[in-house]
Amino acid sequence: MSRLPALVSLLAVAGVLAALPFLLSSYNISLAAQVGIFFIAVLGLNILTGYTGQISIGHGAFMAIGGYTTAVLSRDHDTNLVVTMLAAFAICFVFGVLVGLPALRLSGVYLALVTFALAISVPQLPLKWSSFLGGRDGVQASRTVSHLWLYAVAWSAAAILFVLAWLILRGRVGRAFRAVRDSEIAAVASGIELPVYKTLAFGISAAYAGVAGSLFVLATNGFAAPDEFAVVLSLELLIGAAVAGLGSLWGILAGAAFVGLLPAVSSSVPVIGSDHGRDVVFGAAVVLVMLLLPGGFAGLLARLRQLARA
Amino acid sequence: MATAESSPRPSFPGRGSALGGISPVSVLLVAVAAALLVGCLRSETFAQLTVEGLALGAVYGSLALALVLVYRATRIVNFAQGELAMATTYIAWQLIQWGLSYWEAFFATLGIAFVLGTLLEVVLIRPVLHRSAIAAVIVTVGLFILIDGAVTWIWGGSFKFMPSPFGTKIYHVGGVAIARLYLGMLAVVLVSVVLVWALFRFTKIGLGMRAAALRPAEAALVGIRVDRMLAVGWGLAAVLGAVAGLMAEPSQFLLEPTLMQPILVYAFAAAVLGGLESPAGAVVGGLAIGVSLSLIVQYVPAISSELQLPFAFAVLIVVLLIKPSGLFGRREVRRV
Repeated sequence: MSRLPALVSLLAVAGVLAALPFLLSSYNISLAAQVGIFFIAVLGLNILTGYTGQISIGHGAFMAIGGYTTAVLSRDHDTNLVVTMLAAFAICFVFGVLVGLPALRLSGVYLALVTFALAISVPQLPLKWSSFLGGRDGVQASRTVSHLWLYAVAWSAAAILFVLAWLILRGRVGRAFRAVRDSEIAAVASGIELPVYKTLAFGISAAYAGVAGSLFVLATNGFAAPDEFAVVLSLELLIGAAVAGLGSLWGILAGAAFVGLLPAVSSSVPVIGSDHGRDVVFGAAVVLVMLLLPGGFAGLLARLRQLARA
Repeated sequence: MATAESSPRPSFPGRGSALGGISPVSVLLVAVAAALLVGCLRSETFAQLTVEGLALGAVYGSLALALVLVYRATRIVNFAQGELAMATTYIAWQLIQWGLSYWEAFFATLGIAFVLGTLLEVVLIRPVLHRSAIAAVIVTVGLFILIDGAVTWIWGGSFKFMPSPFGTKIYHVGGVAIARLYLGMLAVVLVSVVLVWALFRFTKIGLGMRAAALRPAEAALVGIRVDRMLAVGWGLAAVLGAVAGLMAEPSQFLLEPTLMQPILVYAFAAAVLGGLESPAGAVVGGLAIGVSLSLIVQYVPAISSELQLPFAFAVLIVVLLIKPSGLFGRREVRRV
């Protein structure tokens, strides 16, 4: 996207987001905050899957780690919640790099398998170390936050992380990521250190998921439990990234809104308006998007722009 | 991605290269079997756990085989394979509720599973088949959530109780108590696996499917309807998945929408352990995972039952790092 329209549309979105708290009811603010949380997670996943071509069906696991970081720090040390989010960022970065190391030798379906298993395995760990991680009952943070606080913090974090992602992706590192995605051989031939960039992408994207997880726990009244981080969460993130459009930053809001709002929207629809009707809508929607709109929302935008220009 | 195969001919079912001649892998397997046998003779608990582990392992192996069939045919790992198996298990439950006997429902369900699997390939998978690997994975992930939601929507999220087809009889063999259930599970799964193997090995359609999976262009040239073969492959995979679901239910697992999720992870580990390409490897891998989980939870205090899934995850990682081709897979040479 050329500079000026991009800047204008960004400012417009930022303006709308800043105005929303004054227009919406408390419940709708919490929904908007939910979208912000998914925005961060989908953004992170897109850096990994969209830009570096490494698929992950396990980012819910990093959200779990980030969420538990916040809950445990708050429970044991009553740490400032924003500080716990920074801690979640750092800890998940480290875990992301650790998972990224074996991922260096894996590609395509194998990486998908490993990350899927990660997503299923991590929620088991609190059951094992139940005195520290609360077992099935979960961990309760020492304080809870208002919807407005959550909204403000989630979208501020989203804005900061979006700019960070943009800065990372536009320069040298972003070019290296894309080169790795498009052809590993060509990337190595042009002097790109595969291990460095692949693990870096994993770390960054896990760190984003960690911040999202930390907010996710705060959105559920500061309560972290294994069931919240079931494998479906990881699948939802991947779906969000697919709907947004892999390899572009311009559809993320659409992807996040899709994942964040669909449960609430579909529950008010008759016939399917039960608890699990939404999963049917979810699954059907993503399959349709993949079949009809392979580039996701960002791809649609690009196509519309081409039409407008022609 | 430059891929060159070290062996030009990947093993067919029934022509497993690792099974002919004495390979290190077969020596290893014989050694493990011998160790298990000695253990069984020395301790009754050990023997009981081994039988249980084999029965559960057969279930994992069956689902792993379904994954391998799909992977060989279409180069896709079907993340919805477990959910599909879970859905067909619910269908069997429903048929029994409507008054069919267990075995009537069993065979009717296998038929329904075949149709479902075939339809899925034709309607949803074919359009993304020649796009990126990521697109295909996302479609199966969407299918995962779709099936999960549909089942919960239709049948609700609470447990269903299904009668065991094998009763509660327990045999005593030299002081070792063996439930008929486990023997039955083992028998049903192994018979289905052998039938699928025979189909691939001895029938014309099996030959066509092998050709379509391994050399699509050449197969089409000699008049094989490649599309149709791939769809049948998906159908067969769904049948094997249904067997896994039906046999898993009466043992340690409850009929609920998450029935197959842990089993899917064990099946992934099994398939990778065997080499994602190898049908025989999937079954052996499944049995190995089943037995080792069963024994480890009992004898290794650090790994309690909560750590079974992380253990499977660890197996997955270790196999992929040390020997990505698994026990029976062919080596893939790739230089970057």
